[in-house]
Amino acid sequence: MPSPTTKSVFWHGVRDGAPFILVLIPFSALFGVVATEAGLSVFEALTFSMMVLAGAAQFAALQLLVEDAPTLIAIVTALAVNLRMAMYSAALTPHLGAAPLWQRAVAAYFVVDQTYACSVAEYEKNRDWDMTRKLAYFFGVAAPVVPFWWGSTVVGAWLGAAIPDSLALDFAVPITFLAIITPMLRTPAHVAAAIVAVVMSLIFAFLPYSMGILVAGFAGMVTGAQVELLLARRQEVSER
Amino acid sequence: MIETPTLWIVMLSIGIGSYLMRFIFIGVIGDRPLPGWILRHLRYTGVAVLPALVAPLVLWPEATGGDPDPARMISAFLTLAVGVLTRNVLLAILAGGGSLYAGLALLG
Repeated sequence: MPSPTTKSVFWHGVRDGAPFILVLIPFSALFGVVATEAGLSVFEALTFSMMVLAGAAQFAALQLLVEDAPTLIAIVTALAVNLRMAMYSAALTPHLGAAPLWQRAVAAYFVVDQTYACSVAEYEKNRDWDMTRKLAYFFGVAAPVVPFWWGSTVVGAWLGAAIPDSLALDFAVPITFLAIITPMLRTPAHVAAAIVAVVMSLIFAFLPYSMGILVAGFAGMVTGAQVELLLARRQEVSER
Repeated sequence: MIETPTLWIVMLSIGIGSYLMRFIFIGVIGDRPLPGWILRHLRYTGVAVLPALVAPLVLWPEATGGDPDPARMISAFLTLAVGVLTRNVLLAILAGGGSLYAGLALLG
């Protein structure tokens, strides 16, 4: 099979990224709505989405700000939610690590759930792709995803100004989080991490400055890692 | 209400911090492999921090002054259930939102 042109690889990426728009529009619009409810202007909501480009971290920071948590706690918690970006970056490095620095610097901004998931899967499938094609695919996935993320926040922020308070939007953030968590519960280790995090969070809810969330999040991470190790060891033993 | 300077400090810090986390391996560390124990912990950040954040919000919602609220709890449960069964984020949100409004209307 002849190697595909760079252009066709880019469009291949666009096609793979496009379906995510359906999920991103309501999610990002909801962020716009919640942000205006919290008192942000349309411009501030858009800036938030453009700078952070990660829904869960944006919602987490906003929620803590609304709760009057200290600035540092809001920042640390949102960054903890975004630690997975470092994992994506690490996973992409074997594929894109040899690109020129400026291209890697640009690509880094676009490292999100969708670009990571699609790219790593396609790079494994198409091991003959050169760097130009790998980057073309990566930016192809980002091309529909990122502008819609920005734009939907603006639409949501406009709508938010018109939505009455009686709509119980206080619960939009919990519902959204619960919905994002469920597809993450792929393995027993993920489930254990989530359960320990919930229990610890409720136990340590008395801690000031919403610090219980960080304590519980850390406990959940360690639990997930330990359960993964335990299961891997057990598998080894049973295969022997 | 969120103070404007606080908001901008938080937005800038998270924006810059998130960018650095996206850049660190791809840009700085290059092709060197990462210790397994770091990756193992990074895998569980989302699945740990998000539930920790959401659990108190479900049990003690601010809108009711921290009193447990049946409508919100049922809605949370249905969101989780639909999410686990369908693996569809959007359906789960719709189920949660729909049941919340139904619950608030019925249970007041």
